[in-house]
Amino acid sequence: MSATIDRGLNALREQIDSPVASFFSSCVSCGLCAEACIFYRATEDPKYTPIKKLDLMRRVWAREFTLFGRIGGMLGLIKPVTDEDLTEWETLVYDSCTMCGRCSLVCPVGNDITMMIRKMREGMSAAGHAPVELIGAAQRHTDKGSPMGDLSKAIHAQVKHAIDETGIEIEFDKEGVDYMVILSAQEIAEFPDVLSAMARIFKKTGVTWTISSEAFEATNVGIQLGNRDVAKVLVSRVVEAAEKLKVKGIISPECGHAYQALRWEGPNLIGRTYPFEVVHIIELLDRLRAEGKLKTKGKNTDRLTFHDPCQINRRGGINQEPRNLMNMVSEDFVEMESGGTMNWCCGGGGGVGANERAEKLRHAAFKFKKIQIDKVEPDAIVTMCAYCHHTLDNVFEEFDIEQDVIGLTELVAEYLDDDA
Amino acid sequence: MNSPAFDLLMWARGPAFDIALTIFIGGIIIRVLEIVILGRKKDMAAPKGNPVAQGFKTIFSRSIPREGLVKFAPITYLGGYIFHLGFFVAFLFFAPHIALFTDAFGIKWPDAGRVIIESATALAVIALLALIYSRMTDPVRKALTTFDDYLVLILSGLPLITGYVAVNKLFGDGQMMIAIHILSVEALMIAFPFTKLMHAVTFVMSRYYNGTIQGRKGAES
Amino acid sequence: MANTPMLAEMMKTHGISRRAFMKYCASLTSLMALSPALAPRVAEALENAPRPSVIWLSFQECTGCTEAITRSHAPTIEDLIFNAVSLDYHHTLQAASGHAAEEAREHAMKQHYGKYILIVDGSIPIKDPGYSCIAGISNLDMLKETAAGAAAIVSVGTCAAYGGVGHADPNPTGAVAVSEIIKDKPIINVPGCPPIPVVMTGVLAHFLSFGIPELDELGRPKAFYGNSIHDRCYRRPFYDKGQFAEGFDDEGAREGWCLYKLGCKGPTTKSACATVKWNNGVSFPIEAGHPCLGCTEPDFWDNGGFYKPLSVPAGDYRDAGLAAVAGGAALGAASALLAKAGKTKAAQAHETVDAHDLEKSS
Repeated sequence: MSATIDRGLNALREQIDSPVASFFSSCVSCGLCAEACIFYRATEDPKYTPIKKLDLMRRVWAREFTLFGRIGGMLGLIKPVTDEDLTEWETLVYDSCTMCGRCSLVCPVGNDITMMIRKMREGMSAAGHAPVELIGAAQRHTDKGSPMGDLSKAIHAQVKHAIDETGIEIEFDKEGVDYMVILSAQEIAEFPDVLSAMARIFKKTGVTWTISSEAFEATNVGIQLGNRDVAKVLVSRVVEAAEKLKVKGIISPECGHAYQALRWEGPNLIGRTYPFEVVHIIELLDRLRAEGKLKTKGKNTDRLTFHDPCQINRRGGINQEPRNLMNMVSEDFVEMESGGTMNWCCGGGGGVGANERAEKLRHAAFKFKKIQIDKVEPDAIVTMCAYCHHTLDNVFEEFDIEQDVIGLTELVAEYLDDDA
Repeated sequence: MNSPAFDLLMWARGPAFDIALTIFIGGIIIRVLEIVILGRKKDMAAPKGNPVAQGFKTIFSRSIPREGLVKFAPITYLGGYIFHLGFFVAFLFFAPHIALFTDAFGIKWPDAGRVIIESATALAVIALLALIYSRMTDPVRKALTTFDDYLVLILSGLPLITGYVAVNKLFGDGQMMIAIHILSVEALMIAFPFTKLMHAVTFVMSRYYNGTIQGRKGAES
Repeated sequence: MANTPMLAEMMKTHGISRRAFMKYCASLTSLMALSPALAPRVAEALENAPRPSVIWLSFQECTGCTEAITRSHAPTIEDLIFNAVSLDYHHTLQAASGHAAEEAREHAMKQHYGKYILIVDGSIPIKDPGYSCIAGISNLDMLKETAAGAAAIVSVGTCAAYGGVGHADPNPTGAVAVSEIIKDKPIINVPGCPPIPVVMTGVLAHFLSFGIPELDELGRPKAFYGNSIHDRCYRRPFYDKGQFAEGFDDEGAREGWCLYKLGCKGPTTKSACATVKWNNGVSFPIEAGHPCLGCTEPDFWDNGGFYKPLSVPAGDYRDAGLAAVAGGAALGAASALLAKAGKTKAAQAHETVDAHDLEKSS
């Protein structure tokens, strides 16, 4: 079995539903989605107009899902989609879209373009038009448990390190605790301090938790790839592990698409609701704060700003929670222009960060993002997504910019009131 | 003796209207059913917000532009607003048009005087010209624009222009201009189901869907 | 009847002063939209015009046109015009009847061949000419016969001009206008149901003084049919302000607001009603509170209903709409189900892939 255009078009057909049909019916090609798109705004190249990235899907819909389109197709007015088309669109669909969702919020007729890009990628990936890096990551994740390969040793080492650092016991595979914590590969490899932070906060707030040695990887490259079969395999591992451990919930870590994958797509991928809750770490921290369990002492006096990860705020619904926490621990918290729901993407999401071919475009997008940051001139940028953190760190390095980026969980842990 | 103008007027008010109405209503129903019947899978994710409530809210709230975007596409935003407002004021508040609704549905509402109607018409036409200009010159819009877009803009503008000419007897025979005005509306009606004019119906659905998708997540829409 | 007596002599006989005559000529001049400077020319032409012979034929008609012209403003100056012509045949007005009447017509035709004016009111049935006969002669034959020697024809009233009520759907008699039958003579249409008396006499006066007046594409003298009633209506300001009577007894009706919504056809009707008015300039239908029926226009009987506003479709559009709902629902459901079937087929054809399955083989 190998990827073919027929398989791709078939996958695309499966994706077309009422919302898609209404979106294509409603588009008046006003081009406002372009004004919202970081890739268009950074390059001002009209080919990056979001709705144009969906033209192939529109054609399949028109030709096969509408009476007038069928007639138009017979008359040769709407051309069938060819493999050459898919090749041409591959870069548009994968390289110039982080699925950040800004376009979906500005479209005057309410088209959820981002959701359609996600669907479009189903067809592209099934047809063999996904970027090699994402395919490689999917293979590593499927075979070895993480997109970076086998991180079993690494997670054990990091947990041990956290135990040593905090003196708090962290147990693997402990049944019946409140939460199962999963982490993104990025956190395990790059930002392991989050483990110590969580250990300290949960200890203080009385939350019991564990890590599954079988399913500790939170990311899901199937979502970025746009392949629900792959995504289903990966999400099932986490769901099954949680069910095995009989936890009340899973804590989705500081990772954008992991939250999207587990919280919003997961139940639909496996076709059933979860017997446990999925809560984002920041959501949980804010809940603990509201309940009075999470207490902090003192405040950071630096000029801090907050970078909203697209998949967690705009596409995930977590907007006020991090702000409550920011105000709790920061004295000089300054919002960026368009901060919050309309925040500009870091440029690395949706698989773009892993895609080498997209590097130039990513850098162009960052220059645009940087304008937003420069207006605030923060001492540090706080965020709640390890991949945003990673992307920002990398581009700052690339452009020789001194700029601290901090994870919100760590920042909160720093001001944890140890006496309370 | 036959008067071409009078015969055309009677044809426009009679058989042509019936034909246009049939295509208009039938076509819209076809396209709406094609969307609705297709269906969508039930979303299994536990909702954080209220999808349905936000869906309905978004139908209205999406009429307000996101902060900060107007300045990047002023012609599209302002032109779009002025055109839609002008078009609907002229369409829905001109007494002869209300008379049509009264005849069809037995409903009526207050009408606006000539000053308002003609100002609205003039503004809508100017906005339309600006939108056409922006489609011809702005790179993004130029790249997106197809024959359909120009057709829709022209078909939307003709009833405004011909209506203005007919009411004010700017030129041509009075009967002929009324006939042409009615025919231009019928052209708009006939084109409606086949073109992007459909957005005037389906925007309600797409905004609703967008609202439900975001609303389930407790996210803004 | 001799054609020698001139108008001047006729005036004297009727006791009409020179001053009154000149006043009439001046108003006639302005009515015909001519320069006031031409008034003396009108007077001169009328004074010196020989008294022409006129044959008036009435076919499928209601005598309303005759009623209008005779009852107009008698005994006024219009009456004079009729005395200025020699009305040799008019079966409602003439004293003679039977063979004597027809003889009068034949006599006049013979005597004034090529010079007499033929006035027609009423439509002509052509489906079966026997539908309407006079003295055993069908209207069709009588028209053809009489028209042959006419200098010009004046089709008075909408029936003669455009077929009128006889021609209205379903037109059982196959009624047609004079112009449908007579193609080789100048025809002046003076439509209206009935036409305004002063317009009828004005047209005749013009013909006598200057010959055939300038006509529009419907054969109407532009002087009297140049503007729509709507454009000259004293209620027009209410239309512009959006003030309409919605019923015959509502506040709007009492206030004298625009009658558009009650079906007024003023906007598409060309006539001098709003300026010349009727009954010696007293009033006209709209002033009396009734919407214009549009009677100077062809097929005004079939324009979708006298009380339907112009903007309302004339046909049975509800039937079309209901048919469209049914047809659209059927086609839409069929198309949607076809699309859904395609989607189901795609779902069945779905090959579960894994990460090692995402590259093209070649």
